[in-house]
Amino acid sequence: MKGWMGKSKVIFLLGSLALILAGCGKENLSALRPKGYGADSSMNLIILSIIIMTFVFIVVMLVYVVVLSRFRKKKGQEDYIPRQVEGNKTLETIWTVIPIILVIILAVPTVVATFDLANETGSEDGLNIEVTGNQYWWHFNYEGQEIQTSQDMYIPVGEEVHLNMVSSDVIHSFWVPSLSGKMDANPENENNMYIEAHEEGVYWGKCAELCGPSHSLMDFKVIAVSPEEFDQWVDDMQSVDPDEEPEDSVAQDGKAAFEENSCMGCHAIGSSPAQVGPNLTAFGDRSQIAGILEPTKENLVDWIMDPESIKPGNKMTGNYPDLSEEEADSIAEYLMQLQPSEVTPESAGD
Amino acid sequence: MSIAATQKRGFGAVLWDYLTTVDHKKIGILYLIGGGFFFLIGGLEALFVRIQLLVPENDFISAGFYNEMFTMHGTTMIFLAVMPLLIGLMNYIMPLQIGARDVAFPFLNSLGLWLFIFGGVLLNCSWFLGGAPDSGWTAYAPLSLQSPGHGIDFYVMGLQLSGAGTLIGGINFLVTVVTMRAPGMTYMRMPLFTWATFITSVLILFAFPALTVNLFLLMFDRMFGSAFFDVALGGNTVIWQHLFWLFGHPEVYILILPAFGLFSDVFSTFSKKRLFGYTAMVFATVLIAFLGFMVWAHHMFTVGLGPVANSIFAIATMAIAVPTGIKIFNWLATMWGGSITINSSMLWALGFIPTFTIGGMTGVMLASAVADYQYHDTYFVVAHFHYVMVGGTVFGIMSALHYWWPKMFGRILHEGMGKITFWTFFIGFHLTFFVQHFLGLMGMPRRYWVFLEEQGLDTGNLVSSIGAFLMSIGVIVFLINIFYTIKSKKAPADPWDGRSLEWSIPSPPPHYNFKQEPLVRGLDPLWIEKMEGKGKMTAAEPLDDIHMPNSTIVPFIMSVGFFIAGFGFIYQVDHSAWLSAVYVGMAIALGAMAFRSLKDDHGHHITKEELEREAD
Ligand code: HEM
Ligand SMILES: [Cu+2]
Repeated sequence: MKGWMGKSKVIFLLGSLALILAGCGKENLSALRPKGYGADSSMNLIILSIIIMTFVFIVVMLVYVVVLSRFRKKKGQEDYIPRQVEGNKTLETIWTVIPIILVIILAVPTVVATFDLANETGSEDGLNIEVTGNQYWWHFNYEGQEIQTSQDMYIPVGEEVHLNMVSSDVIHSFWVPSLSGKMDANPENENNMYIEAHEEGVYWGKCAELCGPSHSLMDFKVIAVSPEEFDQWVDDMQSVDPDEEPEDSVAQDGKAAFEENSCMGCHAIGSSPAQVGPNLTAFGDRSQIAGILEPTKENLVDWIMDPESIKPGNKMTGNYPDLSEEEADSIAEYLMQLQPSEVTPESAGD
Repeated sequence: MSIAATQKRGFGAVLWDYLTTVDHKKIGILYLIGGGFFFLIGGLEALFVRIQLLVPENDFISAGFYNEMFTMHGTTMIFLAVMPLLIGLMNYIMPLQIGARDVAFPFLNSLGLWLFIFGGVLLNCSWFLGGAPDSGWTAYAPLSLQSPGHGIDFYVMGLQLSGAGTLIGGINFLVTVVTMRAPGMTYMRMPLFTWATFITSVLILFAFPALTVNLFLLMFDRMFGSAFFDVALGGNTVIWQHLFWLFGHPEVYILILPAFGLFSDVFSTFSKKRLFGYTAMVFATVLIAFLGFMVWAHHMFTVGLGPVANSIFAIATMAIAVPTGIKIFNWLATMWGGSITINSSMLWALGFIPTFTIGGMTGVMLASAVADYQYHDTYFVVAHFHYVMVGGTVFGIMSALHYWWPKMFGRILHEGMGKITFWTFFIGFHLTFFVQHFLGLMGMPRRYWVFLEEQGLDTGNLVSSIGAFLMSIGVIVFLINIFYTIKSKKAPADPWDGRSLEWSIPSPPPHYNFKQEPLVRGLDPLWIEKMEGKGKMTAAEPLDDIHMPNSTIVPFIMSVGFFIAGFGFIYQVDHSAWLSAVYVGMAIALGAMAFRSLKDDHGHHITKEELEREAD
């Protein structure tokens, strides 16, 4: 039996080692590679608690191993009756007091960090973004800036960005692991949090609260660019003219088809706050289609022809007339050409 | 009615016997069969989940079906498998441990069982009637409100029925412990498993009403047009979460405390020592139960309750680590200096210590609110609660089954197979769930139907799925073991050199348990007698007639009535003709109640002469 015990331990050790060597997950997705203020704060507590807990675990395992190696029933001991010990005040006091101390060591920084992250003093003059969770996409409204985007959220590096969160339907949870912990988007009230990215990058975000069949596909990106690039992006976005005609004829047909087929009933281009469907202003710059597909025209055509096969249960399915392959193709061409800004995910190094 | 007589009867008679029984031992066995059956279903559902997550972007099952799978897996495991298995063990063993002939309310005991069975069946009918519930076992509003079809309605009605059964069972255990202890069995002489049963019943008594109320609110919203959770009409969805966790957090202690009690008995028996720090163990149990009610909002750190609430609940949660730590060290101290026998039952107990320590540690990690902003709703949490619920409760149930099998069925489970079961399950378990801690932190939220390629999540998920298969092998070997054991040789009354009262009577016990009530002279009463060279309990009363309750089919019929009414409630939304099912079902149930109330049933006596004739 003992050999087995040894073996299984070795398996765990190797297993966990392999994982750690694998690098703690994908950069820009892993909470173990913090790149923002909130994520740092969580990471510090994670490390502190792991240290305390590893200590506890080692103590328990030491006693455990001693017990198992010294006090097994041995041959010829069949009739041996151990002393029936009732208890031991000193020992029991020790293992009551030490855990209390350990808990206090963890509790104090926890409370400090909790209040720190809830501090919203910077929200009055800082950058505020209203985040709305929808089945299965995210809407971002840059408060006071007349900018609406979806799925891709641009922020300036090194600045506190205040997020005011609500949901339009069921509960969602906004999570960008490498920037900060998550916060629920509830339908009845606004939740506030802030994020701050230390370096440029495209950070992967996920919905963390079960919200229906396509819950696992409700991805989005936070794109942190330099403050200068961010200002430029704001300028570019503010000067978008939704009625501007595209240059080539296919895209012109696409624009017409887009309008004819009531796509505009749900979507919007420019700064109007349509919230049934994602705002498509900078669609051509998007890092992904529907949050999960490579940004290619073929994928976009597939999406338009049959969104259900890509995101089951989504609210676009069945809400517009059937399109021919050709119409879908021209619409895709039009949308892919919506690239109002020089600042794109590539600017952040993607 | 001796065992020999039972064996000669035909299948129909045995079936009738079990449908009408009010004997706590047979009810216990029925709970074990029911819970075991649902455990296999829940395990199968887990396998479906793990197969889907074997590789990235798998399309083994569809998104909607996947949501039904993990919802039913969680719901089944918690409400229909693990809790009933524990209640079955408590039902069978607790009265024996306190020297009682039966439970306080045998009729209610049977009613609780049938409500659980029919509630579980009702819930699982949803698979065949247009779709199972799909909003997670937590069924958060408003998702559960908007879920199309009748899945959630089945969830509401099924859990309402089986929950009522559990509540009845809990009250019954409470009264049994308070009123039916043998002479000399003071509270501070009760075995820890009995203590755990007692405290767990208190938890059930206070926690289940919160669930009942919550389910009613959801039922009225979905079936009768009220708007408790409808934000557009001024409702509030966070209320669901508060009420749910006000029930749900104590619920996990309802699952773990009986296991703690069982392990205390097992460690002490197989170390041949009395439990170290008995008093501290009892108070730690009480304290854990109390704190269990005070910490529900740690499931809601990210809901936006604000820093004050989050801090208070963080600290309260961390406090639970203290009594739990006391328990772990007292168990180790129980073994220290002992003479330890390692058999299948003890293996599960020994495997529990490191596993549960990890589960407890990750629990403290989760309690640190700001760290939880990262863990919450990810695979880290999935890993944590499986370390607690499988590594604690399921290991406990397995240990208990090997420990008490000879008492319950008069046969000892095969040791070799027992060890194979343990090692495959133990290794499979850690493979499955240890990596999930990392998956969670690496950005994998829970309840994800697919994970995408190139997110660094492939290896971990693959390992996890392989572990799940290994666990299944362990379960299969255990099933084989059960069938194999039917034909093995008879077990003695006291195969483990036991310490508590259940080992002082034959295996399996006669249906009146104790021919004469035993006189209890201290903790570990049987051990005391053995040490003084007597080897058996002294009787506290002369041999006399024993009064026993009569069997009855009424609880079964009552449950059938509620079952029919359940369908009526669910489908009356589609067509008002279904209201007739509500009326018919309720008429059956109320009729059965009236019958029970109006007809006197004084039970029967087993005469002194019969008892003497049965004597060995
Ligand atoms: C047989 C071994 C088991 C395996 C392989 C297993 C596996 C899983 C998996 C893969 C999930 C889905 C995680 C997600 O997507 O969020 C899950 C969820 C869950 N499991 Fe298990 N599990 C097992 C046993 C148990 C037991 C014994 C219990 C309870 C006592 C349990 C309770 C739960 C609960 C409550 C959930 C959450 C369901 C939800 O998110 O609604 N599991 N399990
Ligand atoms: Cu969502």
